Amino acid sequence: MISKRIVLHFPHRLVDQPIVYKLVKEFDLQFNILKAYVTPQEEGLMVLELSGEEKNFNKGIEYLQSCGVRIQPLSQDVIRNEAKCTDCGVCVPICPTGALLVDPLTRKVHFYDNKCIACELCVKICPTRAMEVHF
Amino acid sequence: MKTIKEINEKIKKGNAVVVTAEEVIELVQKKGAKICAQEVDVVTAATFGPMCSSGAYFNIGHSKPRIKLGGGICTLNDVPVYAGFAAVDIFLGATAVPDSDPLNKVFPGEFKYGGGHVIHEIVAGHDVRLVATTYGTDCYPRKKLETTINIKDINEAVLFNIRNCYQNYNVAVNLSDKIIYTYMGVLKPNLGNANYCSAGQLSPLLKDPYYKTIGVGSKIFLGGGIGFVAWHGTQHNPIVPRKECGVPQAPAGTLAVIGDLKQMKADWLVGVSMLGYGVTLNVGIGVPIPVLDEQTIKYSAIKDEEIYTQIVDYSKNYPHCIPDSLGEVNYAQLKSGKIKILGKEVPTGNISSYPKAKEIAEELKSWIKKGEFLLTEPVAPLPGAESGYTVKPLKENPSLA
Repeated sequence: MISKRIVLHFPHRLVDQPIVYKLVKEFDLQFNILKAYVTPQEEGLMVLELSGEEKNFNKGIEYLQSCGVRIQPLSQDVIRNEAKCTDCGVCVPICPTGALLVDPLTRKVHFYDNKCIACELCVKICPTRAMEVHF
Repeated sequence: MKTIKEINEKIKKGNAVVVTAEEVIELVQKKGAKICAQEVDVVTAATFGPMCSSGAYFNIGHSKPRIKLGGGICTLNDVPVYAGFAAVDIFLGATAVPDSDPLNKVFPGEFKYGGGHVIHEIVAGHDVRLVATTYGTDCYPRKKLETTINIKDINEAVLFNIRNCYQNYNVAVNLSDKIIYTYMGVLKPNLGNANYCSAGQLSPLLKDPYYKTIGVGSKIFLGGGIGFVAWHGTQHNPIVPRKECGVPQAPAGTLAVIGDLKQMKADWLVGVSMLGYGVTLNVGIGVPIPVLDEQTIKYSAIKDEEIYTQIVDYSKNYPHCIPDSLGEVNYAQLKSGKIKILGKEVPTGNISSYPKAKEIAEELKSWIKKGEFLLTEPVAPLPGAESGYTVKPLKENPSLA
Protein backbone atom coordinates (compact mmCIF):
# COMPACT_ATOMS: atom_id res chain seq x y z
CA MET A 1 0.00 0.00 0.00
CA ILE A 2 1.37 3.41 -0.88
CA SER A 3 -0.13 6.85 -0.47
CA LYS A 4 1.05 10.06 -2.12
CA ARG A 5 -0.12 13.61 -2.45
CA ILE A 6 -0.04 14.69 -6.05
CA VAL A 7 -1.09 17.65 -8.14
CA LEU A 8 -2.89 16.91 -11.42
CA HIS A 9 -2.99 19.49 -14.19
CA PHE A 10 -5.77 18.77 -16.69
CA PRO A 11 -5.51 20.39 -20.11
CA HIS A 12 -8.59 22.21 -21.33
CA ARG A 13 -9.78 19.28 -23.53
CA LEU A 14 -9.90 16.89 -20.56
CA VAL A 15 -11.79 18.88 -17.94
CA ASP A 16 -15.15 17.30 -18.81
CA GLN A 17 -13.85 13.69 -18.72
CA PRO A 18 -14.52 11.39 -15.71
CA ILE A 19 -10.83 10.58 -15.33
CA VAL A 20 -10.62 10.23 -11.57
CA TYR A 21 -13.55 7.82 -11.64
CA LYS A 22 -11.44 5.44 -13.71
CA LEU A 23 -8.71 5.46 -11.08
CA VAL A 24 -11.20 3.83 -8.74
CA LYS A 25 -12.99 1.60 -11.21
CA GLU A 26 -10.02 0.22 -13.15
CA PHE A 27 -7.06 0.54 -10.81
CA ASP A 28 -8.73 0.07 -7.42
CA LEU A 29 -7.21 3.26 -6.03
CA GLN A 30 -8.56 5.36 -3.19
CA PHE A 31 -8.53 9.10 -3.47
CA ASN A 32 -9.15 12.07 -1.26
CA ILE A 33 -9.63 15.40 -3.05
CA LEU A 34 -7.75 18.11 -1.16
CA LYS A 35 -8.36 20.84 -3.68
CA ALA A 36 -9.89 21.22 -7.12
CA TYR A 37 -10.65 24.00 -9.52
CA VAL A 38 -11.26 24.63 -13.18
CA THR A 39 -10.26 27.92 -14.72
CA PRO A 40 -12.55 28.91 -17.60
CA GLN A 41 -10.88 28.32 -20.99
CA GLU A 42 -7.71 27.24 -19.26
CA GLU A 43 -6.99 24.09 -17.32
CA GLY A 44 -8.23 22.05 -14.42
CA LEU A 45 -6.20 21.52 -11.29
CA MET A 46 -6.73 18.89 -8.64
CA VAL A 47 -4.74 18.03 -5.55
CA LEU A 48 -5.28 14.41 -4.58
CA GLU A 49 -4.14 12.08 -1.91
CA LEU A 50 -3.97 8.83 -3.88
CA SER A 51 -3.51 5.44 -2.21
CA GLY A 52 -3.48 1.81 -3.28
CA GLU A 53 -1.28 -1.18 -4.11
CA GLU A 54 2.02 0.04 -5.54
CA LYS A 55 1.48 -1.82 -8.84
CA ASN A 56 -1.98 -0.31 -9.26
CA PHE A 57 -0.75 3.10 -8.17
CA ASN A 58 1.93 3.12 -10.86
CA LYS A 59 -0.54 1.91 -13.51
CA GLY A 60 -2.95 4.63 -12.46
CA ILE A 61 -0.28 7.27 -12.83
CA GLU A 62 0.64 5.86 -16.26
CA TYR A 63 -3.03 6.04 -17.25
CA LEU A 64 -3.28 9.68 -16.15
CA GLN A 65 -0.16 10.58 -18.10
CA SER A 66 -1.38 8.74 -21.19
CA CYS A 67 -4.53 10.87 -21.10
CA GLY A 68 -2.41 14.02 -21.09
CA VAL A 69 -2.63 14.87 -17.40
CA ARG A 70 0.53 16.47 -16.04
CA ILE A 71 1.51 15.20 -12.56
CA GLN A 72 3.70 16.72 -9.88
CA PRO A 73 4.27 15.73 -6.27
CA LEU A 74 2.56 18.23 -3.98
CA SER A 75 5.70 19.05 -2.01
CA GLN A 76 7.17 20.85 -5.02
CA ASP A 77 4.27 23.27 -5.19
CA VAL A 78 4.01 24.78 -1.73
CA ILE A 79 7.29 26.28 -0.63
CA ARG A 80 8.48 28.59 2.05
CA ASN A 81 10.59 31.53 1.00
CA GLU A 82 13.25 31.26 3.69
CA ALA A 83 14.51 34.79 3.06
CA LYS A 84 11.09 36.23 3.80
CA CYS A 85 10.06 34.10 6.80
CA THR A 86 10.71 35.84 10.13
CA ASP A 87 9.86 32.78 12.27
CA CYS A 88 7.05 34.60 14.06
CA GLY A 89 4.71 31.61 14.18
CA VAL A 90 1.36 33.26 13.44
CA CYS A 91 0.74 30.55 10.80
CA VAL A 92 1.12 27.70 13.27
CA PRO A 93 -2.41 27.60 14.80
CA ILE A 94 -3.94 28.28 11.36
CA CYS A 95 -2.41 25.25 9.63
CA PRO A 96 -5.01 22.44 9.80
CA THR A 97 -2.56 19.55 9.36
CA GLY A 98 0.35 20.53 11.60
CA ALA A 99 2.65 21.13 8.62
CA LEU A 100 3.88 24.32 10.29
CA LEU A 101 5.25 23.82 13.78
CA VAL A 102 7.42 25.75 16.23
CA ASP A 103 10.59 24.07 17.43
CA PRO A 104 10.21 24.29 21.23
CA LEU A 105 13.93 24.92 21.71
CA THR A 106 14.88 27.38 19.00
CA ARG A 107 11.33 28.81 18.56
CA LYS A 108 11.93 28.65 14.81
CA VAL A 109 9.04 27.62 12.58
CA HIS A 110 9.49 24.40 10.61
CA PHE A 111 7.57 23.60 7.44
CA TYR A 112 6.92 19.88 6.91
CA ASP A 113 5.90 19.81 3.26
CA ASN A 114 4.93 16.13 3.42
CA LYS A 115 2.07 17.09 5.76
CA CYS A 116 0.91 20.03 3.63
CA ILE A 117 -2.42 19.65 1.82
CA ALA A 118 -2.09 22.93 -0.12
CA CYS A 119 -5.15 24.50 1.49
CA GLU A 120 -3.29 27.83 1.16
CA LEU A 121 -4.61 29.20 4.47
CA CYS A 122 -1.08 30.18 5.44
CA VAL A 123 -0.40 31.97 2.16
CA LYS A 124 -2.52 35.04 2.76
CA ILE A 125 -2.19 35.20 6.52
CA CYS A 126 1.60 35.21 6.50
CA PRO A 127 2.51 38.83 7.30
CA THR A 128 5.61 38.76 5.10
CA ARG A 129 3.95 36.50 2.46
CA ALA A 130 6.69 33.93 2.86
CA MET A 131 4.51 30.95 1.90
CA GLU A 132 4.32 30.53 -1.87
CA VAL A 133 2.23 28.26 -4.06
CA HIS A 134 3.47 27.43 -7.53
CA PHE A 135 0.84 25.27 -9.20
CA MET B 1 26.81 49.49 42.68
CA LYS B 2 28.18 50.44 39.27
CA THR B 3 27.75 53.56 37.18
CA ILE B 4 27.19 53.78 33.44
CA LYS B 5 30.49 55.65 33.23
CA GLU B 6 32.33 52.73 34.85
CA ILE B 7 30.58 50.25 32.55
CA ASN B 8 31.59 52.34 29.53
CA GLU B 9 35.22 52.28 30.66
CA LYS B 10 35.07 48.48 30.68
CA ILE B 11 33.41 48.45 27.24
CA LYS B 12 36.16 50.68 25.84
CA LYS B 13 38.81 48.36 27.23
CA GLY B 14 37.01 45.41 25.68
CA ASN B 15 36.43 43.60 28.97
CA ALA B 16 32.78 44.29 29.69
CA VAL B 17 30.71 41.20 30.49
CA VAL B 18 27.61 41.25 28.30
CA VAL B 19 24.83 38.66 28.26
CA THR B 20 21.43 38.54 26.55
CA ALA B 21 18.18 38.89 28.48
CA GLU B 22 17.69 35.16 27.91
CA GLU B 23 21.16 34.12 29.09
CA VAL B 24 20.91 36.23 32.24
CA ILE B 25 17.96 34.14 33.49
CA GLU B 26 19.97 30.95 33.82
CA LEU B 27 22.99 32.81 35.11
CA VAL B 28 21.06 34.42 37.98
CA GLN B 29 19.38 31.11 38.77
CA LYS B 30 22.79 29.44 39.01
CA LYS B 31 24.91 32.07 40.74
CA GLY B 32 22.38 34.33 42.43
CA ALA B 33 21.66 38.00 41.79
CA LYS B 34 24.32 39.34 44.16
CA ILE B 35 27.24 37.68 42.39
CA CYS B 36 25.79 38.29 38.91
CA ALA B 37 25.36 42.00 39.69
CA GLN B 38 29.11 42.19 40.24
CA GLU B 39 30.09 39.98 37.31
CA VAL B 40 27.72 41.16 34.58
CA ASP B 41 27.87 44.68 33.15
CA VAL B 42 25.22 44.78 30.47
CA VAL B 43 22.11 42.74 29.60
CA THR B 44 20.83 43.04 26.03
CA ALA B 45 17.06 42.83 25.53
CA ALA B 46 15.33 42.89 22.16
CA THR B 47 12.12 42.57 20.21
CA PHE B 48 11.09 42.15 16.55
CA GLY B 49 7.46 42.54 15.60
CA PRO B 50 4.85 44.66 13.85
CA MET B 51 4.85 48.23 15.19
CA CYS B 52 2.21 50.27 13.37
CA SER B 53 3.09 53.71 14.73
CA SER B 54 6.36 53.69 12.81
CA GLY B 55 7.39 56.04 10.04
CA ALA B 56 10.25 57.87 8.45
CA TYR B 57 10.94 61.39 7.32
CA PHE B 58 13.05 62.47 4.41
CA ASN B 59 14.54 65.66 3.07
CA ILE B 60 14.80 64.99 -0.65
CA GLY B 61 16.83 68.09 -1.59
CA HIS B 62 15.70 71.04 -3.72
CA SER B 63 14.85 70.60 -7.38
CA LYS B 64 15.66 73.11 -10.11
CA PRO B 65 13.49 75.16 -10.31
CA ARG B 66 12.33 74.85 -6.73
CA ILE B 67 9.09 73.12 -5.74
CA LYS B 68 7.18 73.48 -2.47
CA LEU B 69 5.76 70.06 -1.53
CA GLY B 70 4.27 71.57 1.64
CA GLY B 71 0.59 72.10 0.91
CA GLY B 72 0.72 69.79 -2.11
CA ILE B 73 0.18 66.10 -2.68
CA CYS B 74 3.06 63.63 -2.74
CA THR B 75 3.47 59.85 -3.08
CA LEU B 76 6.36 57.37 -2.85
CA ASN B 77 5.72 54.29 -5.00
CA ASP B 78 2.07 55.45 -5.07
CA VAL B 79 1.86 55.46 -1.26
CA PRO B 80 0.74 58.88 0.02
CA VAL B 81 3.20 60.70 2.25
CA TYR B 82 2.56 63.70 4.49
CA ALA B 83 4.03 66.82 2.96
CA GLY B 84 2.67 69.48 5.31
CA PHE B 85 6.07 70.85 6.26
CA ALA B 86 8.47 73.20 4.46
CA ALA B 87 9.44 72.72 0.81
CA VAL B 88 11.06 69.28 0.56
CA ASP B 89 10.46 67.48 3.87
CA ILE B 90 8.07 64.52 3.74
CA PHE B 91 6.90 61.95 6.27
CA LEU B 92 5.96 58.39 5.33
CA GLY B 93 3.83 56.37 7.74
CA ALA B 94 4.07 52.57 7.97
CA THR B 95 0.34 51.93 7.52
CA ALA B 96 -0.28 54.22 4.51
CA VAL B 97 -1.60 52.46 1.39
CA PRO B 98 -1.92 53.58 -2.24
CA ASP B 99 -5.18 55.35 -3.18
CA SER B 100 -5.72 52.54 -5.70
CA ASP B 101 -5.71 49.81 -3.01
CA PRO B 102 -9.14 48.12 -2.82
CA LEU B 103 -8.81 48.15 1.00
CA ASN B 104 -11.51 45.98 2.55
CA LYS B 105 -14.00 46.46 -0.32
CA VAL B 106 -13.52 42.81 -1.20
CA PHE B 107 -13.23 41.40 2.30
CA PRO B 108 -10.75 40.46 3.63
CA GLY B 109 -8.43 42.88 1.83
CA GLU B 110 -4.90 41.68 1.12
CA PHE B 111 -3.07 45.00 1.64
CA LYS B 112 -0.14 43.81 -0.42
CA TYR B 113 1.84 47.04 -0.44
CA GLY B 114 2.07 50.14 1.71
CA GLY B 115 4.26 52.43 3.79
CA GLY B 116 6.00 49.59 5.64
CA HIS B 117 7.05 48.04 2.34
CA VAL B 118 8.29 51.39 0.98
CA ILE B 119 10.44 51.93 4.10
CA HIS B 120 11.86 48.42 3.64
CA GLU B 121 12.70 49.11 -0.02
CA ILE B 122 14.28 52.48 0.75
CA VAL B 123 16.50 50.93 3.43
CA ALA B 124 17.40 48.12 1.03
CA GLY B 125 18.80 50.81 -1.29
CA HIS B 126 16.14 50.53 -3.99
CA ASP B 127 15.05 53.53 -6.03
CA VAL B 128 11.51 54.63 -5.18
CA ARG B 129 9.29 56.76 -7.42
CA LEU B 130 8.31 60.17 -6.06
CA VAL B 131 5.34 61.94 -7.65
CA ALA B 132 4.19 65.36 -6.43
CA THR B 133 1.74 68.03 -7.49
CA THR B 134 1.42 71.33 -5.73
CA TYR B 135 0.76 75.04 -6.28
CA GLY B 136 3.38 77.48 -7.49
CA THR B 137 4.71 80.53 -5.66
CA ASP B 138 7.11 83.27 -6.64
CA CYS B 139 9.92 81.55 -4.74
CA TYR B 140 8.83 77.95 -5.52
CA PRO B 141 7.48 78.12 -9.09
CA ARG B 142 7.44 74.40 -9.98
CA LYS B 143 4.10 72.60 -9.71
CA LYS B 144 4.89 69.03 -10.73
CA LEU B 145 7.66 66.59 -9.95
CA GLU B 146 8.17 62.99 -10.99
CA THR B 147 11.47 61.31 -10.26
CA THR B 148 13.09 58.42 -8.47
CA ILE B 149 14.89 58.98 -5.21
CA ASN B 150 17.49 56.83 -3.49
CA ILE B 151 18.51 56.84 0.16
CA LYS B 152 22.15 57.40 -0.73
CA ASP B 153 21.38 60.65 -2.59
CA ILE B 154 18.82 62.42 -0.39
CA ASN B 155 19.77 64.60 2.58
CA GLU B 156 18.17 63.15 5.71
CA ALA B 157 16.42 59.80 6.00
CA VAL B 158 15.32 59.30 9.59
CA LEU B 159 13.22 56.56 11.13
CA PHE B 160 10.92 58.12 13.71
CA ASN B 161 8.50 55.77 15.43
CA ILE B 162 6.10 57.39 17.83
CA ARG B 163 5.02 54.18 19.56
CA ASN B 164 7.15 51.04 19.59
CA CYS B 165 8.35 48.35 21.93
CA TYR B 166 5.16 47.77 23.93
CA GLN B 167 5.69 46.61 27.47
CA ASN B 168 3.52 43.50 27.33
CA TYR B 169 0.52 42.96 25.05
CA ASN B 170 -2.90 41.31 24.96
CA VAL B 171 -3.57 37.75 23.87
CA ALA B 172 -6.24 38.03 21.17
CA VAL B 173 -9.07 35.52 20.75
CA ASN B 174 -12.41 35.34 18.97
CA LEU B 175 -15.52 34.33 20.94
CA SER B 176 -17.90 34.81 17.99
CA ASP B 177 -18.97 32.15 15.51
CA LYS B 178 -17.38 33.91 12.51
CA ILE B 179 -13.72 34.23 11.49
CA ILE B 180 -12.31 37.70 12.17
CA TYR B 181 -9.34 39.55 10.65
CA THR B 182 -7.43 41.75 13.09
CA TYR B 183 -4.06 43.40 13.63
CA MET B 184 -3.42 40.39 15.86
CA GLY B 185 -3.82 38.12 12.83
CA VAL B 186 -6.66 35.91 11.70
CA LEU B 187 -8.71 34.69 14.65
CA LYS B 188 -10.75 31.55 14.09
CA PRO B 189 -14.28 31.39 15.55
CA ASN B 190 -15.19 29.94 18.92
CA LEU B 191 -11.72 30.28 20.43
CA GLY B 192 -10.06 28.62 17.43
CA ASN B 193 -6.68 30.17 18.18
CA ALA B 194 -5.04 32.64 20.56
CA ASN B 195 -2.48 35.09 19.17
CA TYR B 196 0.02 36.98 21.26
CA CYS B 197 2.65 39.55 20.37
CA SER B 198 5.71 39.88 22.56
CA ALA B 199 9.19 38.46 22.90
CA GLY B 200 8.31 37.90 26.59
CA GLN B 201 11.50 37.35 28.55
CA LEU B 202 13.60 39.04 25.85
CA SER B 203 11.41 42.14 25.48
CA PRO B 204 13.16 45.36 26.63
CA LEU B 205 10.52 47.03 28.80
CA LEU B 206 9.65 43.74 30.50
CA LYS B 207 13.26 43.45 31.66
CA ASP B 208 13.38 46.93 33.15
CA PRO B 209 9.77 47.09 34.32
CA TYR B 210 10.06 50.37 36.25
CA TYR B 211 12.20 52.14 33.58
CA LYS B 212 15.13 52.43 36.00
CA THR B 213 17.74 52.41 33.22
CA ILE B 214 15.76 53.08 30.03
CA GLY B 215 14.85 56.73 29.53
CA VAL B 216 14.84 59.62 27.11
CA GLY B 217 18.24 59.63 25.38
CA SER B 218 19.02 55.93 25.84
CA LYS B 219 21.07 54.66 22.91
CA ILE B 220 19.57 51.53 21.34
CA PHE B 221 19.78 49.11 18.41
CA LEU B 222 17.15 50.33 15.97
CA GLY B 223 16.47 48.60 12.68
CA GLY B 224 20.04 47.29 12.48
CA GLY B 225 21.58 50.70 13.14
CA ILE B 226 21.90 53.02 16.10
CA GLY B 227 18.89 54.86 17.45
CA PHE B 228 17.78 56.66 20.56
CA VAL B 229 14.76 56.75 22.80
CA ALA B 230 13.24 60.12 21.87
CA TRP B 231 10.38 60.23 24.36
CA HIS B 232 7.87 57.94 25.97
CA GLY B 233 5.70 56.43 23.23
CA THR B 234 2.12 57.47 22.59
CA GLN B 235 -0.45 55.63 24.75
CA HIS B 236 2.28 55.10 27.39
CA ASN B 237 0.30 53.69 30.29
CA PRO B 238 2.63 52.82 33.16
CA ILE B 239 -0.06 52.64 35.86
CA VAL B 240 -1.59 49.25 34.98
CA PRO B 241 -1.60 46.57 37.73
CA ARG B 242 1.72 44.80 38.18
CA LYS B 243 2.84 41.45 39.53
CA GLU B 244 5.15 41.26 42.53
CA CYS B 245 8.20 41.16 40.25
CA GLY B 246 7.16 44.53 38.84
CA VAL B 247 5.99 43.35 35.44
CA PRO B 248 2.71 44.91 34.26
CA GLN B 249 -0.11 42.44 33.64
CA ALA B 250 -1.43 44.25 30.56
CA PRO B 251 -0.07 46.56 27.83
CA ALA B 252 1.74 49.38 29.68
CA GLY B 253 4.83 51.42 28.79
CA THR B 254 5.87 52.31 25.24
CA LEU B 255 8.82 54.08 23.59
CA ALA B 256 9.14 56.70 20.88
CA VAL B 257 12.40 56.00 19.04
CA ILE B 258 14.46 57.76 16.41
CA GLY B 259 17.52 56.95 14.33
CA ASP B 260 19.40 57.46 11.08
CA LEU B 261 17.72 55.26 8.47
CA LYS B 262 20.83 55.44 6.30
CA GLN B 263 22.73 53.09 8.64
CA MET B 264 19.86 50.68 9.14
CA LYS B 265 19.37 47.32 7.43
CA ALA B 266 16.42 45.96 5.47
CA ASP B 267 16.50 42.71 7.50
CA TRP B 268 15.33 44.60 10.58
CA LEU B 269 12.67 46.82 8.96
CA VAL B 270 10.26 44.59 7.08
CA GLY B 271 6.96 45.65 5.54
CA VAL B 272 4.14 43.28 6.44
CA SER B 273 0.53 42.76 5.34
CA MET B 274 -2.13 41.76 7.85
CA LEU B 275 -5.02 40.14 5.99
CA GLY B 276 -8.23 42.18 6.32
CA TYR B 277 -6.45 44.75 8.46
CA GLY B 278 -3.71 46.63 6.66
CA VAL B 279 -0.02 47.24 6.17
CA THR B 280 2.51 47.74 8.92
CA LEU B 281 6.24 47.51 9.61
CA ASN B 282 8.15 44.86 11.52
CA VAL B 283 10.76 46.73 13.55
CA GLY B 284 13.80 45.29 15.29
CA ILE B 285 14.78 47.01 18.54
CA GLY B 286 17.50 46.11 21.01
CA VAL B 287 18.03 47.85 24.33
CA PRO B 288 21.13 47.53 26.51
CA ILE B 289 20.34 47.39 30.21
CA PRO B 290 23.31 48.51 32.32
CA VAL B 291 23.64 46.36 35.44
CA LEU B 292 23.88 49.09 38.07
CA ASP B 293 22.98 47.01 41.12
CA GLU B 294 21.41 43.80 42.34
CA GLN B 295 17.92 45.11 41.64
CA THR B 296 18.57 45.84 37.93
CA ILE B 297 19.90 42.33 37.35
CA LYS B 298 16.97 40.82 39.25
CA TYR B 299 14.60 42.67 36.96
CA SER B 300 16.56 41.68 33.87
CA ALA B 301 16.34 38.02 34.94
CA ILE B 302 12.53 37.98 34.97
CA LYS B 303 11.45 34.93 32.98
CA ASP B 304 8.45 33.90 30.85
CA GLU B 305 6.82 32.09 33.79
CA GLU B 306 6.61 35.38 35.71
CA ILE B 307 5.25 37.53 32.87
CA TYR B 308 1.47 37.45 32.78
CA THR B 309 -0.91 39.02 30.31
CA GLN B 310 -4.65 39.23 29.66
CA ILE B 311 -6.74 37.25 27.18
CA VAL B 312 -9.01 39.63 25.28
CA ASP B 313 -11.94 38.91 22.96
CA TYR B 314 -11.42 40.74 19.66
CA SER B 315 -14.88 39.94 18.23
CA LYS B 316 -16.77 42.24 20.59
CA ASN B 317 -14.90 43.45 23.67
CA TYR B 318 -11.87 44.98 21.97
CA PRO B 319 -13.71 46.77 19.12
CA HIS B 320 -16.30 48.17 21.53
CA CYS B 321 -13.84 49.10 24.27
CA ILE B 322 -15.44 46.79 26.83
CA PRO B 323 -12.72 46.16 29.43
CA ASP B 324 -13.06 42.47 30.15
CA SER B 325 -10.37 39.84 30.47
CA LEU B 326 -11.10 36.18 29.81
CA GLY B 327 -8.24 35.25 32.08
CA GLU B 328 -4.54 35.62 32.62
CA VAL B 329 -1.72 33.51 31.15
CA ASN B 330 2.05 33.68 31.30
CA TYR B 331 4.44 33.56 28.35
CA ALA B 332 5.72 30.09 29.23
CA GLN B 333 2.16 28.84 28.83
CA LEU B 334 1.75 30.79 25.58
CA LYS B 335 5.00 29.39 24.22
CA SER B 336 3.96 25.82 25.05
CA GLY B 337 1.68 26.07 22.01
CA LYS B 338 -1.61 25.62 23.88
CA ILE B 339 -3.47 27.49 26.58
CA LYS B 340 -6.76 26.82 28.36
CA ILE B 341 -9.50 29.43 27.94
CA LEU B 342 -12.98 28.94 29.42
CA GLY B 343 -12.23 25.24 29.73
CA LYS B 344 -11.14 24.85 26.10
CA GLU B 345 -7.65 24.01 24.89
CA VAL B 346 -6.66 26.68 22.37
CA PRO B 347 -3.57 26.66 20.09
CA THR B 348 -1.36 29.76 20.28
CA GLY B 349 0.51 31.77 17.65
CA ASN B 350 2.98 34.61 18.01
CA ILE B 351 3.00 37.72 15.81
CA SER B 352 6.37 38.78 17.16
CA SER B 353 9.44 36.72 16.24
CA TYR B 354 11.36 35.32 19.20
CA PRO B 355 14.25 33.95 17.06
CA LYS B 356 14.72 37.39 15.44
CA ALA B 357 14.60 39.09 18.87
CA LYS B 358 17.29 36.69 20.03
CA GLU B 359 19.41 37.49 16.99
CA ILE B 360 19.14 41.22 17.77
CA ALA B 361 20.09 40.67 21.42
CA GLU B 362 23.15 38.69 20.22
CA GLU B 363 24.06 41.36 17.66
CA LEU B 364 23.87 44.18 20.21
CA LYS B 365 25.88 42.06 22.63
CA SER B 366 28.63 41.64 20.03
CA TRP B 367 28.69 45.41 19.30
CA ILE B 368 29.14 46.15 23.01
CA LYS B 369 31.74 43.43 23.49
CA LYS B 370 33.75 44.77 20.57
CA GLY B 371 33.68 48.24 22.10
CA GLU B 372 31.67 49.67 19.19
CA PHE B 373 28.62 50.61 21.21
CA LEU B 374 28.80 52.66 24.41
CA LEU B 375 25.87 53.15 26.75
CA THR B 376 24.26 56.51 27.40
CA GLU B 377 22.91 58.01 30.56
CA PRO B 378 19.20 58.84 30.10
CA VAL B 379 18.64 62.60 30.09
CA ALA B 380 15.08 62.36 31.44
CA PRO B 381 13.05 59.50 32.92
CA LEU B 382 9.97 57.96 31.30
CA PRO B 383 6.75 58.60 33.26
CA GLY B 384 6.76 55.81 35.83
CA ALA B 385 4.32 53.52 37.60
CA GLU B 386 3.66 56.09 40.32
CA SER B 387 3.48 59.10 37.99
CA GLY B 388 -0.26 58.98 37.49
CA TYR B 389 0.40 59.27 33.75
CA THR B 390 -2.22 57.29 31.86
CA VAL B 391 -3.87 56.70 28.50
CA LYS B 392 -7.31 58.23 28.03
CA PRO B 393 -10.13 57.38 25.64
CA LEU B 394 -11.35 59.97 23.14
CA LYS B 395 -13.74 62.55 24.51
CA GLU B 396 -16.23 62.75 21.65
CA ASN B 397 -18.39 65.77 21.13
CA PRO B 398 -21.95 64.45 21.68
CA SER B 399 -23.54 67.27 19.67
CA LEU B 400 -21.72 65.98 16.53
CA ALA B 401 -22.33 62.29 17.06
